[in-house]
Amino acid sequence: MARRWKWRRVQSGTALAAIILGSVIVRGGVDAAKPVIKIVTQSPLSGEQSALGEQIKLGTQLAVDEGKARIEKLGYTLQYIPFDDQAKPEVGVANAKNFLADPDVLLVIGHWNSGVALPSSEVYRDVSLTMISPANTHPMITDRNYANVNRVCGRDDVQGPVGARFAAQDLKAKSVYVLHDKTLYGQGVAEAFRDEAKKLGLQVLGYEGTEEKSNFDPILIPVKAKNPDLVYFGGIYHQAAVILKQMREKGIKAAYMGPDGLDSSEMAKIAGKAVVGSYYTTVAGPPSAYREAAAFVKTFKQRFGKESESFSMYAYDATAVGIKAIEAAIKDAKGKKPTREQVAAAVRKVEHKGITGDIRFDSKGDPVKAKYFVLKFEKEEYPGKIVKVLEIEAPPLKKP
Amino acid sequence: MDILIAIFPQVLVDGIALGFMYALIALGYTMVYGVLTFINFAHSEIFVAGAFVGVEVLLTLQAWGLLQDLHPVLLLLLVLLAGMTMSGVLALAVERVAYRPLRAAPRLVPLISAIGVSFFLQDVIRFGESLWRNAFYLTYPSIPFFDQRIQLTAFVDVPLKSLVVIVAAILMLVGLNLLVHRTKIGTAIRAVAEDQATASLMGIDVDRMIALTFLIGGAMGGAAGVLFGIQYSLITPYTGFIPGIKAFTAAVLGGIGNIPGAMVGGVVLGLLEAFAASYLSLLTGGAFGAEYKDIFAFSILILILVFRPQGLLGEVVRERA
Amino acid sequence: MDGYRTWFLRPSTQAAVVTVALLLSSFLVYAFPRSLPAFLLFQASLLILYHARIARALKIGFAAGALGLLLPILGSINGYYLEVGIQVGIFVVLALGLNIVVGLAGLLDLGYVAFFAVGAYLWAIFGSRQANQFVPASLIQFPLAPEWFFVFLLLGVIVAGVTGILLGLPVLRLRGDYLAIVTLGFGEVVRVLVNNLDKPINFTNGPIGITPIQRPPLFFLPVLEGLGIRASPAVLYALYFYFLVLLIVIVVTLVSQRLHHSHIGRAWEAIREDEMAAAAMGVPLVRMKLLAFAAGASFAGTMGVLFSAKQLYINPESFTFMESIGVLAMVILGGMGSIPGVVLGATVVTVLNLQVLKELSIWLNTLRHTEAAIYIPLIGSFNISQLPPQFEPAKYERMVFGIILVLMMIFRPQGMIPPRRLRRTRGG
Repeated sequence: MARRWKWRRVQSGTALAAIILGSVIVRGGVDAAKPVIKIVTQSPLSGEQSALGEQIKLGTQLAVDEGKARIEKLGYTLQYIPFDDQAKPEVGVANAKNFLADPDVLLVIGHWNSGVALPSSEVYRDVSLTMISPANTHPMITDRNYANVNRVCGRDDVQGPVGARFAAQDLKAKSVYVLHDKTLYGQGVAEAFRDEAKKLGLQVLGYEGTEEKSNFDPILIPVKAKNPDLVYFGGIYHQAAVILKQMREKGIKAAYMGPDGLDSSEMAKIAGKAVVGSYYTTVAGPPSAYREAAAFVKTFKQRFGKESESFSMYAYDATAVGIKAIEAAIKDAKGKKPTREQVAAAVRKVEHKGITGDIRFDSKGDPVKAKYFVLKFEKEEYPGKIVKVLEIEAPPLKKP
Repeated sequence: MDILIAIFPQVLVDGIALGFMYALIALGYTMVYGVLTFINFAHSEIFVAGAFVGVEVLLTLQAWGLLQDLHPVLLLLLVLLAGMTMSGVLALAVERVAYRPLRAAPRLVPLISAIGVSFFLQDVIRFGESLWRNAFYLTYPSIPFFDQRIQLTAFVDVPLKSLVVIVAAILMLVGLNLLVHRTKIGTAIRAVAEDQATASLMGIDVDRMIALTFLIGGAMGGAAGVLFGIQYSLITPYTGFIPGIKAFTAAVLGGIGNIPGAMVGGVVLGLLEAFAASYLSLLTGGAFGAEYKDIFAFSILILILVFRPQGLLGEVVRERA
Repeated sequence: MDGYRTWFLRPSTQAAVVTVALLLSSFLVYAFPRSLPAFLLFQASLLILYHARIARALKIGFAAGALGLLLPILGSINGYYLEVGIQVGIFVVLALGLNIVVGLAGLLDLGYVAFFAVGAYLWAIFGSRQANQFVPASLIQFPLAPEWFFVFLLLGVIVAGVTGILLGLPVLRLRGDYLAIVTLGFGEVVRVLVNNLDKPINFTNGPIGITPIQRPPLFFLPVLEGLGIRASPAVLYALYFYFLVLLIVIVVTLVSQRLHHSHIGRAWEAIREDEMAAAAMGVPLVRMKLLAFAAGASFAGTMGVLFSAKQLYINPESFTFMESIGVLAMVILGGMGSIPGVVLGATVVTVLNLQVLKELSIWLNTLRHTEAAIYIPLIGSFNISQLPPQFEPAKYERMVFGIILVLMMIFRPQGMIPPRRLRRTRGG
């Protein structure tokens, strides 16, 4: 009996100690004089994709810094809180529930992964909280036709076909072999590529998905046997690079192409010299591709001491659009704090001359026109060289 | 139809290489199970640890500019030795810390502890590599010598590294079999496997023999890790999980506790997987894809366990009293 | 033991302590709605309540007040606490289910999350447009009406239970570690199947997942409006799900308890302790094992249905081996075979994952941006901004699970709150 008593007392004692300690530690927030409006970002700030998530965070930070004064004039303090969604759906949703409890939050910039953005935006929709995505390319993001969900970048069902047309017209490929990583993103873009390739009269020799991370031999053997002109991989660099490497080792000479999942310095690092000559499409080119971005690139470097990458510009623009909408909504509400619905409605009316181009949303939240790039790794270094820049309208809403 | 025949030899070779990899990992499971009737769940991480040590050695040599100068065979031996040492020692440590105190406990207790060790090690490796290299996805630098391809027929060519894997695995398996069946130490290990109490009465140090079993199994796992890295290049702390399960399947398939059985089981599984992955999509016109290969592996595991639990080459598994 | 009967063990004092703890912590949460320590205190006071030596009825009254009234009120101040409550509830039910299989019957199931997935996909497919991919729309137009949700809660129990039996049948002959590996394989097979069954016939929509999924009907809305209460759908649904989960938790706990104390529960424990002896004593091994699988699976199935309705979106990524291990860690930490232990284990692990590790990461991050320094004796002062970014507790949940499993097995295999029967035999 004695042991049991000891244990029980330890537990109660710990709990009591926690109470006392807790009462000492607990501190409340200090209220500012002016009412507050908050902007949050959700992007991966830890894990292997944190470098990209960090860019979204910093781009937003810069836009908030610049927009602060304008909101201040209208009588509100603008605050910015970054959240880490860890690239995981559950974490994104849990974060969302966390900050939507705070009525001051009027705008979300994010996410990086479409797989996280989809469930999280369902949560935002419940409270009509505006989300402007700088990077989510999956068609379903806006095809759900939610009033509060927008994006400033292109779509996978355009990006895939851009790749297919480039393969057919510029590379003069006659046959393709399509692989993907069995994820929301990779499979989606690979399907879009395949369908367009078929339409263009290319011969699709194979279509295969794999979750495999290291041993691609059994998948590449049929590829080699069928000898396509081009292999397309819908997925992310950590598989794309290994497939490319093993493809070259197996002596497959076909051209290689993928979507913006390959748009990373890791691609060159993992694939080594095999990367030379491969292509990728992206919805966000390197900063040098945007004429208006020169000033941004300079300030970014000064402020944060590191180089800006493509998605920081899109985050910057997305935030700027959001702040403009908040401004308009405050004015419409005659100086009163706008509701989340009002901000969501105002976003759809904004016309903004951004550093990535002119931004205006269509009725489902896509940018009316978005830029698409085709790049080629000419050396063993990132980023590749721009081969083609296109500006394409978002497809209209499909009837389900 | 032609294509089905044309790719056959290539799939065969790749499947065998994969199978020997599984066989090497399976040894760690099968030896420990043979002696303790216990699944060392953490073996997949011991395998990964070997792979990481291998890549670290190669990257260091590369940084020193020695990668091109060393003779490839010497290089291979050096990396293998490093990987085997690390994995062997790690297996020893795991046994000492997490399994030995639990030897008398009910069967589930050490198994759960092993699962815990497995998860713990994954993140320890990740943490260490993140600190050290700021990345935990590491790529083996390519060694041009091993990347050469040997042309067998007009269509079939084999990369030298696959042959290295097969040869190294066969050598190790044969060596190990000799050790267990032809030496005094091997006899002692088998005695402990038969009956611990009696063995200890005969003057055998049971703790030492069990530790030795872990050391040998771990070292084999480490060698498999290095070979895995050389063969497939990219490794992560989580790489071990699936090969670990497959290797265990191979061990069960061949008859757990049985060294030649591990080899047979590994090769059968490797071939099956390679053929499933390459042919399923071709045969079904894309309706079923390569992804079903894992379902094949697991279904075999279930079928074997249900209908022939002693495996292809094994004896009937004893029930531990 | 009379020596311990000092003043603070008297029931009246204990009741007072519990009241003070509950009220104080609730007040702190109310005053500082974003403070994690305050919320942890609230949870700690529930633990104090559990250990207090007061009348059973009073205890239940306190618990009902704290969970049925205080927490929802606090949740309306910071909605995140409701989400935490819901998640804790979901995992409590999963852990109770696994507890039957592992804790009572002693069958280590490493693919438990598969049953959760079965329930989740059951409602996701029929509670969204997905079902029209294989059922012609001319026949039935999907999604089903929200009212069907309640039918599916029951269907989840049945379908997952049947799946449990289907898995149980072939593997019954296996024991111990073989069973563990086979169930692990089964869990993976279910995940791979779900991920791949978008062709040739699209059942699950593969990796893309299913969205939007119907939520249960707000049948009480007219009543609320009649009372003049207006709330945003987010708050309404959060409260709704919270009470639904609470209800299921209560039902499942009662069922667990009844099973535990019935002849079935004792048969399971007999099997766990010694299968051969149990068989010799006339325990029908096959039936009992199947029953354990079915009961455990059915808990997970019904929670799966609720989970998919709550998430609005599911894809195969939510049903990995990691989740199975997480639930196992809860059972082990709390105490295999002990209902209060498992509830505690589920709460601790969920809160650790959802709140504590994350807060720690955020805290370390903010520290890194300040110029704070720690002085370590002998080594000298250390600037926190130099702390490498890899020190982020939220990233290392596997390590946390691993440490829990190993340490518990070595030092306290019976768990934080060991089961009564064990206590009776080993204690005193």
